[in-house]
Amino acid sequence: MENKLNLNKETIQSCRREAKKIADDLQSFINQHSTIAVERTILRLLGIDGVDDFGRPLVNAVMDHLREKADLSKGIAHYMAYAVHESDESPQDIARRIASNTYDLSIYQNHSLCPYMDQLMPFFEQTLAKIDRMRSIRKEKLSATTKKETPDKYVIVATGNIYEDIKQALSAAKKGADIIAVIRSTGQSLLDYVPFGATTEGFGGTYATQENFRLMREALDTLIEEEHRYIKLVNYASGLCMPEIAAMGAIERLDMMLNDSLYGIIFRDINMKRTLIDQYFSRIISSYANIIINTGEDNYLTTSDAFDHAHTVLASQFINEQFAKNAWMKEELMGLGHAYEIDPNMENSFLYELAQAQMAREIFPQAPLKYMPPTKHMTGDIFKGLVQDALFNIAAVTSKQSIHLLGMMTEAIHTPFMSDRAMALNVASYVEKAFKNFGDEIEFKSDGLIVKRAHDVLDQAQSLLKEIRKEGLFKSLEKGRFAEISRHENGGKGLDGVFVKHQDYLNPIMDLMIKRIKEDNHER
Amino acid sequence: MSARPTWIKPYGDTENDGKVQLSFSLPIPASPIGEEAAKKIALQMGIHDPSVVHMEPLSESFSYYIIYGRTEHQIDLSSLSVTQTDHLVMSKEEVEQFIEKTFCEPLVFVGASTGTDAHTVGIDAIMNMKGYNGNYGLERYKGILAYNLGGQVNNEDLLEKAIELKADVILISQTVTQKDIHIENLTQFIELLEAENRRNDFVVIIGGPRINHSLAKELGYDAGFGPKKYAFDVASFAVSQLKEKGVKLKR
Repeated sequence: MENKLNLNKETIQSCRREAKKIADDLQSFINQHSTIAVERTILRLLGIDGVDDFGRPLVNAVMDHLREKADLSKGIAHYMAYAVHESDESPQDIARRIASNTYDLSIYQNHSLCPYMDQLMPFFEQTLAKIDRMRSIRKEKLSATTKKETPDKYVIVATGNIYEDIKQALSAAKKGADIIAVIRSTGQSLLDYVPFGATTEGFGGTYATQENFRLMREALDTLIEEEHRYIKLVNYASGLCMPEIAAMGAIERLDMMLNDSLYGIIFRDINMKRTLIDQYFSRIISSYANIIINTGEDNYLTTSDAFDHAHTVLASQFINEQFAKNAWMKEELMGLGHAYEIDPNMENSFLYELAQAQMAREIFPQAPLKYMPPTKHMTGDIFKGLVQDALFNIAAVTSKQSIHLLGMMTEAIHTPFMSDRAMALNVASYVEKAFKNFGDEIEFKSDGLIVKRAHDVLDQAQSLLKEIRKEGLFKSLEKGRFAEISRHENGGKGLDGVFVKHQDYLNPIMDLMIKRIKEDNHER
Repeated sequence: MSARPTWIKPYGDTENDGKVQLSFSLPIPASPIGEEAAKKIALQMGIHDPSVVHMEPLSESFSYYIIYGRTEHQIDLSSLSVTQTDHLVMSKEEVEQFIEKTFCEPLVFVGASTGTDAHTVGIDAIMNMKGYNGNYGLERYKGILAYNLGGQVNNEDLLEKAIELKADVILISQTVTQKDIHIENLTQFIELLEAENRRNDFVVIIGGPRINHSLAKELGYDAGFGPKKYAFDVASFAVSQLKEKGVKLKR
């Protein structure tokens, strides 16, 4: 990436150092704790799936049982390893028996550090083999796709019914979409379980379930053959089931997951301890599965003013980067987020947008940056909206963003009609062609508005990161430094699912994933 | 109204030409049959001489049409009436003066986006300092204490908080809704207020892209505000209403 903005390298390095301290400061806290969602994920990775007679997911049944009857702090792996050893049954069968109250895990709670962990490993290996296979299928299909220099066009489907979503997704892919995101039902982030099976209901989207993942993947794969290009699938590993959904996505070959270290805290009022612990494991899983994460900094600008608070986006990108690094994630998987949200009534708004986008590109050259369209200042005037989106498209192509989430002219009216999406793709494809090498042709005046704006934002981000490092991230979140929303360390949802690990606690699958990521030797 | 009938029609470039544009998709492939079907649908809608100016495939089984034509329908303006909030709309400064002149204590506004709705863009536009489109939010109003509880707030929690904060006004925002869940949710809140015998303790106002004043009245709210309404609209109504109710009046 060439350097057009002449950003100060020292300042960028200093931002990274501050962000690293902020993230490292919390890493020992993260390492000492686990959550109910992390434990449920371990069960899923042991191959446990399905629901009990009351429709409750088996992994929830097991954890409810454990929470009620035994010492959670030793972790579910401790109990399952003893159970598998003594019963000689599979984790799935044991889970079924627990759900029907014919197996009691509490008998192992006073047992010492479990010597039978290796008996769980074959079950974990089975799941890892599935994930490995998905990795290699993706790699193979991607290598058969012509690599393009322009951004990947990303659209959402949000009908609230997986079968309608599939029709809309197929139309979008035919119209040139490279990435399809299936929006979840509003409110799923606050469910402390993952719904089961194919779903045909929801508000503003339908549920993220493993079966919905599989159905959509299968549908898109049929088109990959016809279109001779890979079509990526996205969902949300966020909310109270962050790592569980990451695991389901890894198994069903999703290619991207919305996954932010701070978003749930700020915008869904999920407890910060819970979120930070959950995001760690979820990112390790995505890292292992080669799934790109998308962070949610764009959301800050729907609440705060996009011009005045641009630096909070950059500061948060630095923090998300460090949390991802702590989860052994490659930069190529860090889809850091930002957005085109400056008030269109502002003079030179396009210049400031371009400055921000170009700045992000130069600071995070390897990251598949995710660029979000105007939403806050979309008015219902669809014709003006189409032009706002076109300008956004120009900024995206010119500054070489990677993941280009297309705006809809009917934003602020309804979840997109099939035709809204088609219009958006037509316009974006036009801009993509017309401006293909525009970014390579232009330079910016060294003392001009664009360069100056980028420098200002970087400087402000540096000061903000210094303050956050001094006061600590928890305190900063309490002060409402992001999106002007204040959250308390012990407030929010899901804190009751956080626990301190016992000295005998083990999470063997996380340890194994980390080991293999480090060796990068799991590509078989 | 006894006014003389005034008939009007959509206007393209000539009085009473009735020109309209419309676009829609059909669940069939783009084809001459598709084009004909689109025309027939327009005719059934009362559009004469429909002209399909654009047809485009959306997938192998869907197609898209843009149509221009002349509508046969016309409307007698004198027969129309709309329910509107009939209070005086004041600017921020005027609201502040009104409060200072009228009330003896600060007015407490509690707001939230309720139910499953996680979108706070509406409630933020009305309540947060910054406001929207150059119109400051209630947090910046002198004489108003504004508490924005954010998104996905349960009706029960909203009421509890309103009681705790001694709210005079409750604001509810509903942004993203599907299959009319917002109606259900809004109805439930009024029922809750009534069950707790609290309906008269608050001025209760709703807002959102699919809300209007008549809907609000129908559901039992004091007022409803749709798109393009700002903090000063909401505040003007609320302070007028509180004065009428005799809340916190200066003696």
